[in-house]
Amino acid sequence: MTENLLFEIEIYRLYKEEVFLGNSVLEIENLRASFRIKGDYYAAVDGVSLTVHENEVVAIVGESGCGKSALALSIMGLHNLKTTKLEGQVNFQSQNLLSLSPAKLNKVRGKDIGMIFQDPMTALNPLATIGRQIEEPMDYHMKLSSAAKKKRTMDLLRRVGIKNEQRIYGQYPHELSGGMRQRVIIAIALACDPVLLIADEPTTALDVTIQAQIMDLLKELQNQIKSGIILITHDLGVVAEMADRVAVMYAGEVVEIAEVRELFMNPLHPYTRSLLNSIPSNMEAKAKLHVIEGIVPSIQNLDRIGCRFAPRVAWVPEEDHETNPQMHEVKPNHFVRCTCYKNFHFPEGRVGEKDYVAT
Amino acid sequence: MLKFILRRTLIMIPQLFLLSLIVFVLAKAMPGDAITGAFAGDPNATEERKEELREKFGLNDPWYEQYGRWIGNAVQGDFGSSYMYKQPVTTLLAGKVGNTVLLALFTLIITYIIAIPLGIVAGRWTDTWADKLIVTYNYFSFATPLFVFSLLMLFLFSFILGWFPIGGSVDIKIEEGTWDYIVSKMEHLFLPVMSGALLATFGTIQYLRNDIIDTKLKDFVKTARAKGVPERKVYTKHILRNSLLPIAAFLGYEIAGLIGGSIFIESIFSYPGLGQLFLTSIGARDFTVVTALVMILGTATIIGTMLSDIILSIVDPRIRVE
Repeated sequence: MTENLLFEIEIYRLYKEEVFLGNSVLEIENLRASFRIKGDYYAAVDGVSLTVHENEVVAIVGESGCGKSALALSIMGLHNLKTTKLEGQVNFQSQNLLSLSPAKLNKVRGKDIGMIFQDPMTALNPLATIGRQIEEPMDYHMKLSSAAKKKRTMDLLRRVGIKNEQRIYGQYPHELSGGMRQRVIIAIALACDPVLLIADEPTTALDVTIQAQIMDLLKELQNQIKSGIILITHDLGVVAEMADRVAVMYAGEVVEIAEVRELFMNPLHPYTRSLLNSIPSNMEAKAKLHVIEGIVPSIQNLDRIGCRFAPRVAWVPEEDHETNPQMHEVKPNHFVRCTCYKNFHFPEGRVGEKDYVAT
Repeated sequence: MLKFILRRTLIMIPQLFLLSLIVFVLAKAMPGDAITGAFAGDPNATEERKEELREKFGLNDPWYEQYGRWIGNAVQGDFGSSYMYKQPVTTLLAGKVGNTVLLALFTLIITYIIAIPLGIVAGRWTDTWADKLIVTYNYFSFATPLFVFSLLMLFLFSFILGWFPIGGSVDIKIEEGTWDYIVSKMEHLFLPVMSGALLATFGTIQYLRNDIIDTKLKDFVKTARAKGVPERKVYTKHILRNSLLPIAAFLGYEIAGLIGGSIFIESIFSYPGLGQLFLTSIGARDFTVVTALVMILGTATIIGTMLSDIILSIVDPRIRVE
């Protein structure tokens, strides 16, 4: 009986490794992105290591200001290099993106890495037609005749769910609604068949019904294309729906990383638990919504020694934290930073912990 | 587009009418009239004689009757006669309008030739020595009074070095229509144009620099970079096109401003244009000439505004009218 169970678990692990952990597309090693503020550099992304595999959706979640977007922009090399210092390695197709010259980096971005931006109202050039903007990456990465480019653009428009592509092709961004523009932005990201897609809060700026449409589209596209996806969001619903693995970021660090079911069923780090506990539930009427006390400290005021989440869980005794918090593999593929998770409990008299996975 | 231009042109008619009314009434409200101007300092002119002349020229009629007479003729291209030069205003202006338009046009072109590249360099490479140099030049050109700078140019290049003529618009000995005539015109234009242009650049440079710095941080520029567009193309295709919009929109106003604003330049370089005529006419209360000139300047402004609207609707799809 026990042997049988162990065998099944082994099979399950093998199966998962087969499905989820194919060839890695992107390996981030100890990435640190520091911004210059009044002459000093402060790390917004502070030693992040992360691997994205083929056909895998890795979600990065966290509050505003915890370094999610800074991480995405670091991968793409979109920070202003005069005020930003990048350290560590971003290995993609056996080269470190951080050490590439701008010209070489331009051969990668837009072609092998596509990026979907947060705000569709501002992410398109107001003076160029939709068709032109989708064709632009093809100009630099593909050798196609203009007729072929146009045909490809039409296909892309249809793939992102735009029905009257003939008309949209010649229109300008201001003539389109927010949801349509986000579809166009997705089409731009997909224009040259990227192997890695970075979606930086793709639904944050949209209203709820459009959010659902865009998420459905992303899910559908994810099934079609075999690329790895980094999905940056603070919407845990989106994470549950789309992600294979989840990395929880706090104050520039990854504090917990696990497969999506594992993370929702068995969250360990106090921050992850607090986040999940903050989801409003319609299963029962709660008197109060759970809130995490305080805010993410700004990168200038961040105390970089000890557990960074400690100030926001003040009731946890100091000796529970590690002096130099490390990632611990508590289960296969489930990593947690610091030791404070072991005895963590929410304080009495406050809204208690509930089952996170309502469905 | 044609419809838009047509409609925009039609709107000009009531604008011009209103302008003419205001100009006429304001000119009437000036102290004195053509008669006091013409006989200023003449001890032999008696009050009776002046009154007689006023009656003769209809200057004692109510203002609306005078306006009716004036506008009726003006529509037919007759702005009356100058009291001072004793010749039709149209003939008087004919020779000068061309000179002023030429001066304004060249000043504008040179201004843009200097200002646009400098604005782009300063905006693209902010906080470099080049940017600092350009911004410094900008402060100087903004702070330097036009008449001081013009006099300095005149003193240095005409008087001391003798490279350029001291005044006029063309050498009178040269026959019209020949190559030498054109060369002589250019020689006479050079100093007034350069003086005007070097000081007029600050607006364009400042606008362009600020707009580029602003546009650099826009999201769509990030999108362009994420597409793998080379840096140079990010500027030419995305940032500059957007940043040049306000400059293009301002073109019409610039033209209007230059035609009206060349009074000092024309006086200092004794350049026979509208500005110089304007000053002498006001001094002499040459009422017909002043009203005609103000009308011309006003019309230039109205046309300039229309031009700006049309240019903007061509370059910016957001305000393009279907």
